[in-house]
Amino acid sequence: MLTIQNLHAGIEEKQILKGINLEIKPGEVHAIMGPNGSGKSTLASVLAGKSSYTVTEGTVEFLGKDLLELSPEKRAGEGLFLGFQYPVEIPGLSTTNFIKTAVNEVRKYRGESPLDAVSFLKLMKEKMALMNIDQSLLSRPLNEGFSGGEKKRNEIFQMAMLQPKLAILDETDSGLDIDAIRVVAAGVNKLRNKDNSVLLVTHYQRLLDYIVPDFVHVLYNGRIVRSGTKELALELEERGYDFIKNEVNVGEEA
Amino acid sequence: MNTAYIKEHFEQVQQADKNKELDTVRQNGFNLFNQLGIPTSKNEEWKYTRIGGLFNKEYVFAGATTTAFDTAKLDAIRLPGHEEANELVFVNGVFSFELSVIRSSSLHVLPLEEAARNEYADIVAANLGHSAKYLKDGINALNTAFLQGAIFIHVKRGMLTEHPVYIYHISDAGTENILSQPRSLVHIAESAQVQMVESFFTMGIAESFTNQVMEIVVEKDALLEFYKIQNDAATTSQVSTTHIRQTGKSYTHVVTISLNGGIVRNNLNVVLEAAYSEAHLYGLYFQQGQTHIDNHTVVDNVKPNCLSNELYKGIIDDKATAVFNGKIFVQPQAQKTNAYQSNKNILLSADASVNTKPQLEIFADDVKCSHGCTIGRLNEEGLFYLQSRGINETIARSLLVHAFAVDILEHIKPIQIREYVNRMISERLEFDIA
Repeated sequence: MLTIQNLHAGIEEKQILKGINLEIKPGEVHAIMGPNGSGKSTLASVLAGKSSYTVTEGTVEFLGKDLLELSPEKRAGEGLFLGFQYPVEIPGLSTTNFIKTAVNEVRKYRGESPLDAVSFLKLMKEKMALMNIDQSLLSRPLNEGFSGGEKKRNEIFQMAMLQPKLAILDETDSGLDIDAIRVVAAGVNKLRNKDNSVLLVTHYQRLLDYIVPDFVHVLYNGRIVRSGTKELALELEERGYDFIKNEVNVGEEA
Repeated sequence: MNTAYIKEHFEQVQQADKNKELDTVRQNGFNLFNQLGIPTSKNEEWKYTRIGGLFNKEYVFAGATTTAFDTAKLDAIRLPGHEEANELVFVNGVFSFELSVIRSSSLHVLPLEEAARNEYADIVAANLGHSAKYLKDGINALNTAFLQGAIFIHVKRGMLTEHPVYIYHISDAGTENILSQPRSLVHIAESAQVQMVESFFTMGIAESFTNQVMEIVVEKDALLEFYKIQNDAATTSQVSTTHIRQTGKSYTHVVTISLNGGIVRNNLNVVLEAAYSEAHLYGLYFQQGQTHIDNHTVVDNVKPNCLSNELYKGIIDDKATAVFNGKIFVQPQAQKTNAYQSNKNILLSADASVNTKPQLEIFADDVKCSHGCTIGRLNEEGLFYLQSRGINETIARSLLVHAFAVDILEHIKPIQIREYVNRMISERLEFDIA
């Protein structure tokens, strides 16, 4: 589904990603972990097409297409979704209106007819129940004055509405208490199936108790320095990131 | 249009008008115009809005001899909800009783010169020309010098005007440039309520210059909602003055929407002359091409314990220019004044510009006043967020621009007028917001 090869990217003059290689197959859940500043969020933003980052080397193939050639909206149309670490507040734009526009634009991209008001409402009700989201939240301006938990639930709700093939969830657990994490994780798990993949970007292992990954990768200094199964996350939890940093640094000195 | 040309026409108007009540008023206006002249950029109030160029063009002073403007032409521009509205029609600055429709018994509309000699004489004497105290320039004086075809609108005491009052200022330019100078005086008597919607239209291919003045008196316990909607062609220019005196404890709510017009200068004055009066002023300007919009507002707190709240927002695209100047005066006796003002702008292109100037002059010591202004660009983070959900960049920009305007638009209380403005904005954005 997603093949990243030797990806180098940065912002202005600063190199952040220094050769990422990653392969995600349909139905898989991958977790990217790593200490602060290792490039986790940069990887998520580059995959979603944020224009402030520049890709200097490497390729990304998504469902057979050159992802890096596509605008952010086309990536969404192709089935890529980024759950933001910090969802943007937009006063004056109602959440419902925003989601309706997004759903119909994506449908248009996929060659489907736009949903009429009734079908849209039906779909929304269904996904609201899934995410335990209240109607009143959706009639408010997009993310404005939402609590941390509300913002993250809204992200997963949007994901449910857009039905992506690959969801990249950037620090979806940050700032959430354990109850909110459970709700968000349950939402993600309900959307998992053999065709859809998830890329979790997280600093802590705790989210992985609820969304169990097939593979765990450790990102450090712009590169994936370790890959393994969920046991790797447990090891990181126990030993911290220092042992990885030490290993890498020793390796580089040698 | 040189001064000799203006003088010649002024004399024609003086001779033509058989009602001598307004002779002196016009003569004083003409004298003042000669004294003050056409404002240049040396005049602080006209520093960023140059209208001298308009006076270099030739205009027909339409006056009483208006063209054959009929209901068929009017039908083309009527605002939504007109079937249930009072409609007051000015053609080339002259009020037309034939084209106007009065549906509310609470309204009394009559020629100004008639009001000046009947039971309204005292009100006319006390209020006609009050705006000149605040607008010390030749433009306001010029309107007064050519005062003809003007009306007096009386909203009767204790009566709620259920039908809104739509006011159309039409310039029927045809093939010759036209100068229209509509004038009206509105008296909202004690405990009366009225909703007014003013709009401007130019017909024909020539240019128009509208120099319009409306003076409004709001008495005790009265309520005024006032909407000004400007979306005329880029070949039209206007100076539009709304001067409101709140002579009794009263409430006003004013929204000014400016979407098009070559050079548009709005003067909005609110004089709070009675304690515990309240005024809310909102404005939205959305300019494109090479158009120019200037909103000059004055809130004068004369008496204590008044509240005023002002929010103007601007979206400026292409090579358009905008000016905001907001003055708040707090006179020495106006203690416990609450006065707030804010002006926010976004520039959509590198060639767009805005000059904004808040001005507070406070002579009392126990007041709460604030002002602020911002100029920025469209939120790039927001744009990426929307795009990442599959919304193409053009639509995402439209949604963000509209979102910026929403907190002004929601103050347009008549739903049909709000939808009408929303439709015009949707057309501008090439995306249906609804």
